Amino acid sequence: MVPLNYYLVLSGVLFSIGTAGVFLRRNLITVLLSVEIMLNAVNLTFVAAGRYHGTVDGQIITFFVMTVAAAEAAVGLALVIALFRHRETLSPDAYTSLKW
Amino acid sequence: MLSLIPALPLLGFLINACLGRRLPKTVSGGVACLAMLASFAVSVLSVVNVGTPWTEQTLYRWISSGDLQIALQFRLDHLSSLMILVVTGIGSLIHIYSTAYMHEETDGEYARYFSYLNLFAAFMLVLVLGSSFPVMFVGWEGVGLCSYLLIGFWFKKKSAGDAGKKAFIVNRIGDFGFLLGTLMIFANLGTLDFQGVAASVQGGWPVEHSMGTLTIATLLLFLGATGKSAQIPLYTWLPDAMEGPTPVSALIHAATMVTAGVYMIGRNAVLFGHAPITLAVVAGIGVATALFAGTIGLVQNDIKRVLAYSTVSQLGYMFLAMGVGAYAAGIFHLYTHAFFKALLFLGSGAVIHALAGEQDIRNMGGLKKALPITYWTFLIGAIAIAGVPPLAGFFSKDEILWKTFDGGHRLMWIIGLITSFLTATYMFRLVFLTFHGERRHDAPSPETAHGHGAGAHPEEEEPAAHGGHGHGAHLHDAPAPMALALIILAVGSVFAGLVGIPHALGGSNRIEAFLDPAFEAHAVAPANPEFQVVPGRLREDASAGQGRPREDAAAPQTTEAAGGHEAVHEESAGTELMLMALSSGIAVAGILIAMYFWLWNRAASARIARSVAGVYTLLLNKYYIDELYDAVIVRPIEKGSTVLLWRGADAGLIDGAVNGVGKAVRGTSDSVRRLQTGSVRAYAASLFLGVVVILGWYLTR
Repeated sequence: MVPLNYYLVLSGVLFSIGTAGVFLRRNLITVLLSVEIMLNAVNLTFVAAGRYHGTVDGQIITFFVMTVAAAEAAVGLALVIALFRHRETLSPDAYTSLKW
Repeated sequence: MLSLIPALPLLGFLINACLGRRLPKTVSGGVACLAMLASFAVSVLSVVNVGTPWTEQTLYRWISSGDLQIALQFRLDHLSSLMILVVTGIGSLIHIYSTAYMHEETDGEYARYFSYLNLFAAFMLVLVLGSSFPVMFVGWEGVGLCSYLLIGFWFKKKSAGDAGKKAFIVNRIGDFGFLLGTLMIFANLGTLDFQGVAASVQGGWPVEHSMGTLTIATLLLFLGATGKSAQIPLYTWLPDAMEGPTPVSALIHAATMVTAGVYMIGRNAVLFGHAPITLAVVAGIGVATALFAGTIGLVQNDIKRVLAYSTVSQLGYMFLAMGVGAYAAGIFHLYTHAFFKALLFLGSGAVIHALAGEQDIRNMGGLKKALPITYWTFLIGAIAIAGVPPLAGFFSKDEILWKTFDGGHRLMWIIGLITSFLTATYMFRLVFLTFHGERRHDAPSPETAHGHGAGAHPEEEEPAAHGGHGHGAHLHDAPAPMALALIILAVGSVFAGLVGIPHALGGSNRIEAFLDPAFEAHAVAPANPEFQVVPGRLREDASAGQGRPREDAAAPQTTEAAGGHEAVHEESAGTELMLMALSSGIAVAGILIAMYFWLWNRAASARIARSVAGVYTLLLNKYYIDELYDAVIVRPIEKGSTVLLWRGADAGLIDGAVNGVGKAVRGTSDSVRRLQTGSVRAYAASLFLGVVVILGWYLTR
């Protein structure tokens, strides 16, 4: 049996990759994908912890996260399309007019 | 029944105030006069049926809070009987006079005038009839309000508005004193009912020869009286109050309201009697004011101002009487003064009316022929106030002087005599300058009437009243309603004194016997053993004509004192007669002096004025008291208010704090808003950092 720590380390690595993607990539779609990676890193932690404790709670919450992630992806992609129609670019730096 | 007396004028006020704009003048004036006459009739009925020692009517419980129980209660005793007759009687005459005097106003203004006048009468009657300090205070403040409204009746003229404000503000100082005095009395005696106060003072307080509770309380009350009754130091508003319509000056600022202070002291005779220091102050202030105002009156040139100073001076006499304990004499003078001073004011009003608003006596003269009714009635008033027997003023003024002399106040008596001389002189100066000599006004003799409208007068004083007077710009004597009032008052001025013929002249001084019960305490707290002794002794004193309450509580030596008084009284009749002759002689001398200077040898008066130019200017400028107050009180307050309160506290501190908070928020926001870059990634970064920090804190703690 794979020890819990392995899962946690993997999850941490995935989460870091996702975070880095959010901050470093200059494409909104990639940013969205990075967010999905972060979410799934968390899911992995939940499932692993659930298995470790011998309960199904982790799996249940993971289902919730997945549904929400699906909805979020739908809305996010719709927003990206709308934004693209507006500015003809997907760089987040182009969308800074909502300030001061 | 008693409540009807103030209620009727109040009803008149309500009718004129609510519907006045739509009523023609005859109706609004008629309603006002009818209300007053009805009130007078009710007053007469009530006075005829007045119980002993009084009649009471309680309307309802007004204030009920712990120990403080105040009923809206009216009480009619002999003192208030006299007052309501004066207020409603002379008030009615002045209402009737006003219907003619004010007839040039528009309908709405006319109704406004009469509504104020009725409201004044209602409040004055509440003041007089109220059975306790708070009820009196309602009337006290109410008449002050009406005085303000009526002084500023022609409010479009700035001086009238200013005079109204001055009267109101100066009176505030006095009212503050009155209120403090009332509170002190309640705190120390536990009651505010006049009879209750008198009884508990009589029963439980020794006469106070130091600055104790009663002295301070009565001094505060007296401060209220100086405000309302225009005594030093608060008299300055009264001469300015002459900006109001003349009948108002007659009613409020001569006959009724300004006597409220005298009445208040009379009402609390027992209380004041227990504070000899206050009485001394009252007498001193009274006699000083009498002399002071008399000297100013000697040189003033505005007909109404002369009368105003004369009023201040006569009020001084009344306070002198109160101060020496001659309460009945003071109230007697109040009563006769109401007649002749109202008469003089109404007469001056008739002159002003005839001359289309002219008030400067230097521009009058020779009106005797043109205004016979006014002249003769005015002359009667002048003789009465000068104190020539047997007119009203002689008896009352002489009674005061005699009581002053008899009480051993020789200096005050001498000052009183000098003032009496001044009174005769300035009144007859007024008569001669106004009615005798050559005509000095550019008005309006019949030939030149047209084209000489009111506007032709450079010193036009009452444009609002007489601006439209062009049509009748010839000299005309008082119209019927005015003449009626003048004649009745003249008759009163001649005969009103006859109720108080002193014993020395074979009379019985009925007024004193009538009034004296009102100056005693009638009910004493039953627990007090002294109760049986005190009232009896008081009455004995009063019947001997020596009712000087300052002796009241000096219980042990009373029997001897009362016995002694009888003997002294017989002897003193001769002295009294001599003094009477002296004061009549002085009055006649005053008149003769006036005759010499202003009738036969007018150049001499001018010469004298030039030779003592300094004194003359000082008097003409009223001792610069207004300027002094201005410099010492008004301007420092104004300056303090401007610099400290307005610029410093209000603009600096309060506005500064409010604006400062706004500025601080704005400044902070100005710097903090830079954080909102609009970049989603920056927000995400800050979010991330925040989570890391929070998590870090939880993990490492």
